[in-house]
This record gives sequence, structure tokens and C-alpha cells, in this order.
Amino acid sequence: MIASPHGVVVVRPDDLAGTVASSVGRGRRFAGLFAFAGAAGATTLRAVLAGGRSLDIVEAVLPRGADTYPALSPSVPAAAWYEREIHDLFGLVAAGQPRLDPLVLPLAGTPEVAGAARPRPGRPDGPRVVDLDTAALPRHVGGEGVFTIPYGPVRSGVFEAVEYVVETVGEHIPHLRVRPYPKHRGAARRFAGMGVADGVLLAERVEGTASVAHATAFCQAVEAIAATEPPPGAQLVRVLHAELERVANHLDTVVRHTEGSGQAVANARMSMHKERVLRLQARLCGHRFARGVVVAGGVAAPPRLPPAEILAALDALQRDVEDDGRLLMQTPSFLDRLRGTGVVPAPTAVDHGALGPVGRASGAGEDVRVSRPYGAYRRLGFEPAEILLDGDALARQVVRLDEISTSLHLARQAVDELSEHPGGPWRTRVAHADGFGVGWVEAPHGELLYLVATEGGRIQQAKARSASFHNLALFGQAFRGDIFTDFVFIEASFGTSMAGVAG
Amino acid sequence: MPWATRGLRDGIVTTRYPRRPDDYGPGFRAAIRVLQPGVDPVAATELPGLCPTGAIGAAGGRVAVDRGRCILCGRCVEGRPDVFAFDASPEVAALRRASLVVTAGGADADDDDDGAVERARAELGRRVRVLRRSVHIRHVDAGSDGSDEWEVAALTNPVYDVQRLGIFFTASPRHADLLLVTGCGTRGMYGPLVRTYEAMPDPKVVVAAGADAASGGLVHPTYATLGGAGGAGGAGGAGGAGGVGGAVPVDVWVPGSPASPFSLLHGILLAVGLLPRAGGRKP
Ligand code: SF4
Repeated sequence: MIASPHGVVVVRPDDLAGTVASSVGRGRRFAGLFAFAGAAGATTLRAVLAGGRSLDIVEAVLPRGADTYPALSPSVPAAAWYEREIHDLFGLVAAGQPRLDPLVLPLAGTPEVAGAARPRPGRPDGPRVVDLDTAALPRHVGGEGVFTIPYGPVRSGVFEAVEYVVETVGEHIPHLRVRPYPKHRGAARRFAGMGVADGVLLAERVEGTASVAHATAFCQAVEAIAATEPPPGAQLVRVLHAELERVANHLDTVVRHTEGSGQAVANARMSMHKERVLRLQARLCGHRFARGVVVAGGVAAPPRLPPAEILAALDALQRDVEDDGRLLMQTPSFLDRLRGTGVVPAPTAVDHGALGPVGRASGAGEDVRVSRPYGAYRRLGFEPAEILLDGDALARQVVRLDEISTSLHLARQAVDELSEHPGGPWRTRVAHADGFGVGWVEAPHGELLYLVATEGGRIQQAKARSASFHNLALFGQAFRGDIFTDFVFIEASFGTSMAGVAG
Repeated sequence: MPWATRGLRDGIVTTRYPRRPDDYGPGFRAAIRVLQPGVDPVAATELPGLCPTGAIGAAGGRVAVDRGRCILCGRCVEGRPDVFAFDASPEVAALRRASLVVTAGGADADDDDDGAVERARAELGRRVRVLRRSVHIRHVDAGSDGSDEWEVAALTNPVYDVQRLGIFFTASPRHADLLLVTGCGTRGMYGPLVRTYEAMPDPKVVVAAGADAASGGLVHPTYATLGGAGGAGGAGGAGGAGGVGGAVPVDVWVPGSPASPFSLLHGILLAVGLLPRAGGRKP
């Protein structure tokens, strides 16, 4: 049973690539490719296509023993990272993909000899332990004047673990490769067999700086399967916390930009504002990252502060952040570091279907709060951020500052409307139902998807597609000039959550 | 210089912890406390089922919560408010893993080995005597959900401002005295974590920050997480104790999901012997 407002087309594995390509050719946005374990060793591949107000799924079933399918990436390059992830976790080979290098889990066995013998840790019935084999990672052999310089995964500062490899070949522009595998936790596999209530807690920890977004998207998938919806008051509480979460994330990128550019006072003030947001979350619900608020069917409880007090806090925050933001955008030494840095050209972003602020700074990045509104966003009015075309770190900064104001405006609306639901209810019962559902939200980093399959009242398989994962494939292309001086700004302006990438 | 005047705008925002208590805390989930000294046999079988991470045990008629496993979801408090409550004091770090297991009255279940904590404190005290003037921290993410890094980074913001206490973060392991580890311990981070520890000069201390680092948290066990002591490096099976304790010798354990800045600060100060003596003021 498909319970979300989307259509499903089932095709033969050989037709998957062609169907997806022609859909993208007609203007749909490729939003991901995922593998789901089916009965009797079969695997279902699901490609997600977005556009307009709908989300479509193209599905193909590979029977047991079939371990290849025609690659999508030759015609839809954005599929490349998904093909690599599926190869790592499900042992399936995308035939015709020229670089099926390990992405999230380097295992022994090169693509050429891969096959049924490969472990399939992504499957719920997969191995309980795998051994990493970093020898599976490609090395640049020989070639005169070729240098590869690895950075990480232990970073020089308080950052999430990730490995970058810079390759320089003669006079050419250095190439940057991202290796998120060191912190791959196997989060998707951990969902398998969990009850829904535990699943929400795990979703909060898939990308811990976007806990509200993940819990909400996961719950919306479960609610779609059960064909139910949270009460209006609960939807508003979700908006309040989700928008504060966005503000904290966007402020985090400003903090990193100001740190990198040596703006000591601005850095101190912006990091103080971010701390204020986390403290406000804690005062509203008891947790700085608002964990425990979102539950299947609604929220655990309404905000603990009276509306007037929340509104006063939001007003003060908006005044101070906008004030400092304005001054920052008039500080030449700051702007000079970001302008023209890390350009993602608009055509590249549109082709790739870049998400969130990274997309919106480059002519793409639909905001699913507007295009496929969910929960209370269907009723709340707001102006989405202006789409920019410059595509540099500065444009991404402008989009985020714009979104901070919008978020605080939305949070205020949510609090206002909450007064119409003083006593709740805060939660609807979600009946056990078996099926497959998709949930989505506009997370701070952009569109977040949850694909959830339930069976016997438990999670059979669940998969989060973070915007960080989708966008990071563009990261290497944003380096055109001096890798070493621009690095800190390009990395900060992508605002990537590595936990969400590595899975 | 418009920014210069702005720096003064809000006056002093910095906490005075640990010299003075900080009133940020009430209403904030820092740890779970056990309220009942004894529990009937029926409840003893029912209670462990409440907890998603297996943090609750009920052995010998006493309920115990392992704060190293607890992710502060609140399910136990909601289900049995007569037995469990949130504790607002963020001073929850401990010198022994076993000390994170608490029973009624806040006493840790470790009390059958009275001298152990004192001995651990004395041993650590000897090692870190030279560090007391300033402390240089090397942070390693060993598979976090990303929130841990935010809380660690917050320590340098003007509110916590750990530089005032002589605490600094360093990019080089060779200049580091304290290894601060976040994350559940992934197989991919085992080697880099161990190498960072080994590159640090003696004396050095290790702080495991957050329930993920202490036990693997909710994500553990998977094919990609370390199996805990003895299982590190890929040899052990999934299902054992998780976290980073099997990869590096942890001196101080900080609960939390993630550990809040005050809890982190408490753990760091405990590790380097800079904390006012135990039993002192609560923040
Ligand atoms: S709050 Fe901690 S001890 Fe209580 S149920 Fe949740 S994880 Fe278990």
C-alpha cells in the first residue's frame, strides 16, 4: 500500500534508468535512489522524482541473485552518489557507472569482481559485523607531478569527522574528493526491527543538529502509512521548534564564517545568539535540540512557556540578529572573503537539483514548505527566501540571513495561532499499519526525505535522505581558485552535516 | 569601528562557573535520578522494558540507571514518575564508567568499591599536576550525530568562555594534554582515534563526551560501530558494550545526549583536577 500523496510507477530493472531520465528530461527533479530489501532476497530500487506539488516514485524489483542494474548516472549525474551508496550497502552494481568508488563504507572487492559474494550490510538480514578495507579506496597511481594530499578524518578544530583528498595534477586546478565513510554508523540499518516510538528517537540522532526535522519527516511517513494526521495544535508546535532549529543552524554557518574571517566581535555575538536559541528550545521543552518533542501522531507536550514570554524572546532575538546581520553585511573585510568564493554555477545547481540554501543561492533549491506544504505550513503564510543566481558563499549567506528572519516570523505566527488551541489535543493515535510511506520536510539544510516501510507494527526498513548528502556531491565543483585559502569559507557555506551524509 | 562598540553592548554575559553556581539549569534535562530505594518484583521486570537503550536495570530489588547509556528520552519519567525524575544539575561527569550507574539517593552503584573513586582521583591528580596552569584540548569526532560538536564548540562562546579558565583547543595532537572524544565509535574512526591518542605526549587524559561515546548510545549496535572493550578494531562482534572505551583509555565519562556545555566543562575540569572539591557548590 502506498499511503503518501504520490504515484508509483513499476518498471523492469532494465527500464529504470530510461524512465528516470525521460522524467528528468520533462523537468522533474531527481531526488534520490534507494534500495529496499524485499522478500526472498529480492531488492527493490526506488527512484524519487519531485516537481510541482507532487513526488513520484519509480520502482524496479531485482530478484535474488541479480546484482546489477543499468546505471542512472550517465544520463542523470546526480544519481552517482546514490549508486555508490547502494553499492557499498547492498552490493548492487550500477552497470555503466565509471567510478563506483566506495563512499560510505569501503569494503573489500573492487567493482569489477563484485557480486553476490559482497556483504550486504544495508539489508536487515545482512551481516552483523563488516570489516572495513581502506585498500578499496582508489589511489592515484603514478603519473608525473601528481600529488594527493589527504586531510582528516581528524580535523584541525571542533568539526565532524570527514576525509578530504586534494589531488593536484601539474598546472591544473586541484581536485577535491570527499570521503564521508569514517563516521558511517549504519544508522539506516539500526531502524530495522524497531518500534515506531524508538524509531523517532533514532531519527532525532541521524542528523543531530536537525533533530526536529528528522523526527517530523519520519513521523510524517509513519502517519502517511496509517492515513492519519496530527491535531492542528501539534502541527503548530512542530513548526515552532523546526523554525528555531533552522535559525540555530543558519547562525552556526555565520559563526563559522565570522571565525574564519577573523571577525572576533561578530563571531562572539553570533555564537551568543545561537546559544540563546538553544536555550530557548530548552526552556520550551527541556532539551537544547528539542529532542522528545515530536512523537508519532503529534507532539509530547505544548511549549512550557506562556505565549507572551515566547513572543518576547522571539522579538528580542530577531532584533539583535537582524541588527548584527545588517552590520555584518556592511563589513567589507567580511564580504571580501565570501564574494566570488566557492561558486556553484546556477546551471550546475539546477541540473543537480541542489537543495536548501545551497540551491537557493544558485537558482535552484525549491522550498518544500511552499511547493509541497505539510502540517501547519499549509495554513501559515510566508515569503520564501529570494532565489539568487550568484552561487557564491556570499549568496548562500544572504539566503540564510533572509531565512532567519522568515523563520522567526513563522515561529511567531505559530505561537499566535497556538492560543486558539489552548488545551490541545496534542496527539492522535497512530494505528499500526503495514505499508510504505514517504515523509518530507524543509530541514535547515534543505529538503529531507524519509522512506519508511513498516511490517507487523514495526519498522521493516527506514532511510533518511538528507539534503547534506545530496548537496555534498557538488562540493568538489565549488573549488575553482585557491583551495587552501577558500576552504574554510566554502565548507562553512555548504553548512553540511556529516552525520547526515555518512549515515 | 562599529563592531568594537557592539562588543560591549550586552555587558558581562559570561558564566562564573565553576567559581559561582550558574542558574541556567532548572527545567533542563541533565540526567535521570532514581527516586525509590526499593522496588517490588513486578516493577523490576517491567522497568527495563521502558528504556530504548537498556539503561535501566533492576537487580537485587534496586533500580539502577546507567547514565552512560541514557539518552534522556524521558520515557521512564513519563511512565513511572514515582521511580524516575529528571535531575537538573549538569555536574554529572564521573571518573569511573561504573560510577555512571546510579541508584536511589543519587548514590552511584559503584559504592561497594568505596575507595575506587578516591584512588582514581588521586591517580589522575598525580598525572595532571603539570597541566593545571593551562589545558590544551584535542577534539576527535568518532561518529557523532553532529550535535556533540555544537556543544563542544559552544565552550568557546562568550557565555562559557573557557579560555578564562586557561582551557584552549588545539589543532595539533603534539600540543594537546586532553583528548575529548565524541560519537558512538565507528569502525572507520578506530584507527584515526588511536593514532591521535598515541601522537599526544604524556601526561594526557581522555574524556568521553556524551552517551554515544560512553556506550554507543541508541545507534549502537550496528555492523559499523565498535563492539566495545576487546572488540575494537573490528575483531569483536556487535552487541557488546559500545562506545570509545575499547579504543582509548577513558579517564572521565560525561553523560548526555548530547552532553551539554556545562556537563562538558564539569568533565574537563574533573579530568585536569581543576574542580573545587567534590561536595561543593552545584552550578
Ligand atoms: S530517560 Fe534514559 S533511562 Fe529513562 S527511558 Fe530514556 S534512555 Fe532510558
